[in-house]
Amino acid sequence: MYDIKCDVAVIGGGPAGLAAAVAAKKEGAEKVLIIERDEKLGGILQQCIHPGFGLKLFKEELTGPEYFGRFVKEAKEIGVEALLNSMVLEIGDKEVFCINSKYGVTRITAGAIVLAMGCRERTRANIQIPGTRPAGVYTAGAAQRLMNRQNEMVGKKVVILGSGDIGMIMARRMTLEGAKVVAVIELMDFLAGLTRNRVQCLDDFGIPLMLSHTIVDIKGNDRVEGVVVAEVDANKRPVAGTEQLFECDTLLLSVGLIPENEITRKANIKINPITNGPEVNNFMQTSTPSVFASGNVVHVNDLVDNVSTESAIAGASAAKFAMGKLGGGDEITVTTGNNVRYVCPQKVSPNSDEKVSFYFRVLAPKKGVRITAKDGDNVLYTRKAIKVNPGEIEKVTVDPKGIKSLTVEVTEEA
Amino acid sequence: MEKDIICTVCPTGCTIHVVGDEKSITSIEGFTCPRGKAYGEAEFLAPVRTLTSTALVEGGDSVLVALRSAGPLPKGKIMDCMKEIHALRLTAPVSCGDVLIPNILGTGVDIVATGNVAKL
Repeated sequence: MYDIKCDVAVIGGGPAGLAAAVAAKKEGAEKVLIIERDEKLGGILQQCIHPGFGLKLFKEELTGPEYFGRFVKEAKEIGVEALLNSMVLEIGDKEVFCINSKYGVTRITAGAIVLAMGCRERTRANIQIPGTRPAGVYTAGAAQRLMNRQNEMVGKKVVILGSGDIGMIMARRMTLEGAKVVAVIELMDFLAGLTRNRVQCLDDFGIPLMLSHTIVDIKGNDRVEGVVVAEVDANKRPVAGTEQLFECDTLLLSVGLIPENEITRKANIKINPITNGPEVNNFMQTSTPSVFASGNVVHVNDLVDNVSTESAIAGASAAKFAMGKLGGGDEITVTTGNNVRYVCPQKVSPNSDEKVSFYFRVLAPKKGVRITAKDGDNVLYTRKAIKVNPGEIEKVTVDPKGIKSLTVEVTEEA
Repeated sequence: MEKDIICTVCPTGCTIHVVGDEKSITSIEGFTCPRGKAYGEAEFLAPVRTLTSTALVEGGDSVLVALRSAGPLPKGKIMDCMKEIHALRLTAPVSCGDVLIPNILGTGVDIVATGNVAKL
């Protein structure tokens, strides 16, 4: 077996992996190796040619290729190494096994590992849409890759299920390339993605958004010929008699993302049932101390800027661990209070000297709220928010020194 | 003419109600910050958008290169700009920042590459 040794091994060369690798190298890790299954670094951002990235981190609006381009440039300059076209099959505490066509099965021994595999899209099978099984049903991201990297137009008359950001961005992209987007269908009674995408991707082109609707049938044998759309009731069940046929040759699905954690599960690393990603502490350290994780493999983010910030913590912590310099010790588990679906990181060390940012999502959209983080009755952080939305991640920053517990909650402002 | 504009300056998404004609605004309300007011005015009088797309490249390690308008373009000219972009036939190498179409349709805005395509 081909053997490689390194200080920090990073699995995945997308925005999370790039930021983690750069931070690990800067922290002092000598050999940092990114293992990437694609032929190029950059991950999903290679196909995200639209603007909207970097507003928080670089204070300017970049496209996906420009955003990851900056990290690739920095990584090369400081000597981060990359093993491309290599699929990781399995990890141990300090070992990564991958396969590529040049070296065959390869073993990478590392002082610490960063999981940065991102997520993949939910498919038709995940949401079980009835109907025939013709060609022309794509996940929005697959269609985006085909169009933006491979020059393959996926269809001419399109219905999009799901109002997530990728779906709305593809609605605009397909329209610009000459396709007709018939409608965007959303099961929930609120938009899944960002408001600005609704304005600039749907409203600008007169594309109808149908909230509280779903697809109950797919028609066509060789190729999609149409989809049947129906209204749903309060329990998300289709309402009989509201069905209407939309003719189309293509159906795009933008129905959620699943953190890609097959190798994490196989390594018996503890997975959080809400995020479907590994549980991490404030160092982005998983239940296996030598394994760190960051980005969409931990929880699905809506801004890549957050992914980069979180990944820099993971990379720097992994480097410290590999050098035997990472602190930690006792940990408390963060409690999700009123209207909070999950908080990440899930654990925090009260010995930590640095402030810790906790990212969270709410369960339901609310207006006029107060966001609070507290240790028992002791309020550590509080602010008013005009509104909160499950589609938009919120953040609280807390000094964890000496705390006994931590609860994050969103309450209605009196 | 009146219009309800959803503000995209920040995630709050205020609905700004604007009344006026093509040249001037007679009333604007619903914004909650100065940036929102400026956005509402611009969006009513002269809406602009950043355009991104791809162009064909020959002889490179990728068949497409990503591109963008270097600045915002008038919203009404977006589809005409796309026709110009579709007509592009580039030859590798292409580097991030290369001007692919200078001053597209006389708007004063360049179309520039946002990705890199190496020569094969």
